[in-house]
Amino acid sequence: MTNPNNATITTVHTAEFTAGDALKIPTLRMLRDDGSLYEGATAPELDKATALKMYDTMVFTRVLDERMLAAQRQGRISFYMQCLGEEAATVGSAAALDDKDMIMAQYREQGALRYRGFTLEQFMNQLFSNEKDLGKGRQMPVHYGSKDIYYMTISSPLGTQIPQASGYAYAQKLRGLANTTICYFGEGAASEGDFHAGLNMAAVHKAPVIFFCRNNGYAISTPANEQFVGDGIACRAVGYGMKALRVDGADILAVYHATKMAREHALKHNEPVLIESIAYRLGAHSSSDDPSGYRSKEEEEKWRQNDPIARYRLWLIEKGWLKDADDKATIEALRSEILDALKVAEKVAKPGIEHLISDVYAQPIPALQQQLDELKAHIRKYPDAYPVTAGRLD
Amino acid sequence: MAKMNMLQAINNALDLAMAKDDSVVCFGEDVGHFGGVFRATSKLQEKYGKARCFNTPLTEQGIAGFANGMAAQGMKPVAEIQFADYIFPAFDQIVNETAKFRYRSGNEFNVGGIVFRSPYGGGIAGGHYHSQSPEAYFAHTPGLKVVIPRDPYQAKGLLLASIASPDPVIFFEPKKLYRASTGEVPEDYYEIELGKAEVTQQGKDITVLAWGAQMEIVQKAVEMAEKDGISCEVIDLRSILPWDADTVAASVKKTGRLLINHEAPLTGGFAGEIAATIQQMCFLHLESPIERVCGMDTPYPLALEKEYVADHLKTYEAIKRSINF
Repeated sequence: MTNPNNATITTVHTAEFTAGDALKIPTLRMLRDDGSLYEGATAPELDKATALKMYDTMVFTRVLDERMLAAQRQGRISFYMQCLGEEAATVGSAAALDDKDMIMAQYREQGALRYRGFTLEQFMNQLFSNEKDLGKGRQMPVHYGSKDIYYMTISSPLGTQIPQASGYAYAQKLRGLANTTICYFGEGAASEGDFHAGLNMAAVHKAPVIFFCRNNGYAISTPANEQFVGDGIACRAVGYGMKALRVDGADILAVYHATKMAREHALKHNEPVLIESIAYRLGAHSSSDDPSGYRSKEEEEKWRQNDPIARYRLWLIEKGWLKDADDKATIEALRSEILDALKVAEKVAKPGIEHLISDVYAQPIPALQQQLDELKAHIRKYPDAYPVTAGRLD
Repeated sequence: MAKMNMLQAINNALDLAMAKDDSVVCFGEDVGHFGGVFRATSKLQEKYGKARCFNTPLTEQGIAGFANGMAAQGMKPVAEIQFADYIFPAFDQIVNETAKFRYRSGNEFNVGGIVFRSPYGGGIAGGHYHSQSPEAYFAHTPGLKVVIPRDPYQAKGLLLASIASPDPVIFFEPKKLYRASTGEVPEDYYEIELGKAEVTQQGKDITVLAWGAQMEIVQKAVEMAEKDGISCEVIDLRSILPWDADTVAASVKKTGRLLINHEAPLTGGFAGEIAATIQQMCFLHLESPIERVCGMDTPYPLALEKEYVADHLKTYEAIKRSINF
């Protein structure tokens, strides 16, 4: 652009609006419901081991979600969030990345986390807020994070990670790293001011970040048609001058392929890219939510048929990489493995009392140390009232 | 009179306000058909239509800015921020816009019709993003009123007064008490005057001051102290801004001692403001230093919540410390 407005000036002499729905973005889909490829679709290059790791990860999160929601219902953990129906979106995208690409997620991306190598024990320790939790028992269940596997610790406030991802990716670029940052968020979070700020910052400063919007139809009870009027979220990226791609989020091959393309483009051109994944949040928002108050069983049933695991499974069977009978035994084994890990984690002690004041600053400030000392003296006086810490104050 | 929990009392207040005045409009995230994640706006959309009770996109700054615009036009928006922990994207709209709208325009314009409702506080295993008590941030902002009720009766009367108020009000609701606190509530319209504290129990040895969910905590401590023969006067501040220094000072002049309890961290908490004012108003009457029992100066924890909070035992110890000074 050569004009000071940085806008294309094509002069016309009669007034005409550009329609709000002028831009229609197509949706990439490769797999049919029966697991066969659409005509014209070329499956991404995937070796058997990677393909099966993707499948196993999806199955793992499905079983984990089932078990941990049950554990929440039994009162063993206080809270849980499932990713039912969205497994392909997070696993497929994570599989397309380098292990050192940064992941900045929202809270429903356990698929990406597991793919990166977060262990079952690590999941359990976080969910039970015990002393082995990497986050030191400070955050509600599902707020995972691990520096070792480049997975930024989850923050509950929505959209805050979006401009942070732009900054993180910009820093990766300045450091000369051949790595990108992927930033997951929902279509609801895309209403936050931070979304707009983050996209614009990334575009202006040429940050190699992949914005991955999980458009799953609902923000708690609010359906997408009460969340925005435009054509999904992808069209907004075009408004910020970046490349965008919409993909069927229940089609793991399409998600994988799209993310590979996005990563290549981001790193080659130092530009942000936005991927919008279209899927359906089949479960409740969280264990505190009951969708029967805002959507019908019929609607849910319709989407249950669009199972991302089932579709991919058929493709794997067709390839000869998975036997039809493989699953039942695997799932049963997973269930008992998870239950065993759960039983171990729930018996692990809570973090020690020193972790009330650690990490507020790099070193506890004197006022905090004094508050902790006073608290310890108080607990010694009333040990029965503070059973978690009373027996181990020193 | 009817038995209501705090949510029912709030819902009833919103219902009465919307019935009484067409300019009252309720909105926020999930507030419409679903009636809010805590169900405070349950059935209001059904009753008053989608134009007056509706879901918003998920943007707190948008909600607050939208409320500013509606109120500037003369309507009375009652906007919900789903959790007080999520009010911060709206901080600019509230602190720089809502609070200063009247002042900066020389009263050409005002947004006095606004009420921001928001559940606050801990005790629900919510960790640092579902437990905070941010009243002190807003108490530092001239132009706002900040109100916190302790039970269903107070919630209804204070909320109706907030909606009727010619000034913008931030109405923080103790979510721990939403269903846990029940009581008799008049079914008709009534207001409880803003800016007035309430002496909920007369006593002569020490004044114990709190608000919101901490009222039942200090009550427990007071009952323990009474078994030791200590007579406590208990005050619910109710309005944080403006706050009723006269009622507190009158009590302290009688008892000679003051303890302030709040959930928020000690440093920069509103107890500091109260202590400074009361030592000035009551200096020669004070028998002991003013005690503050507050949250620790850390983010609100999860696994160690019980240790962190300003509980009844810490309050009881502070009462004794003050008496035995």
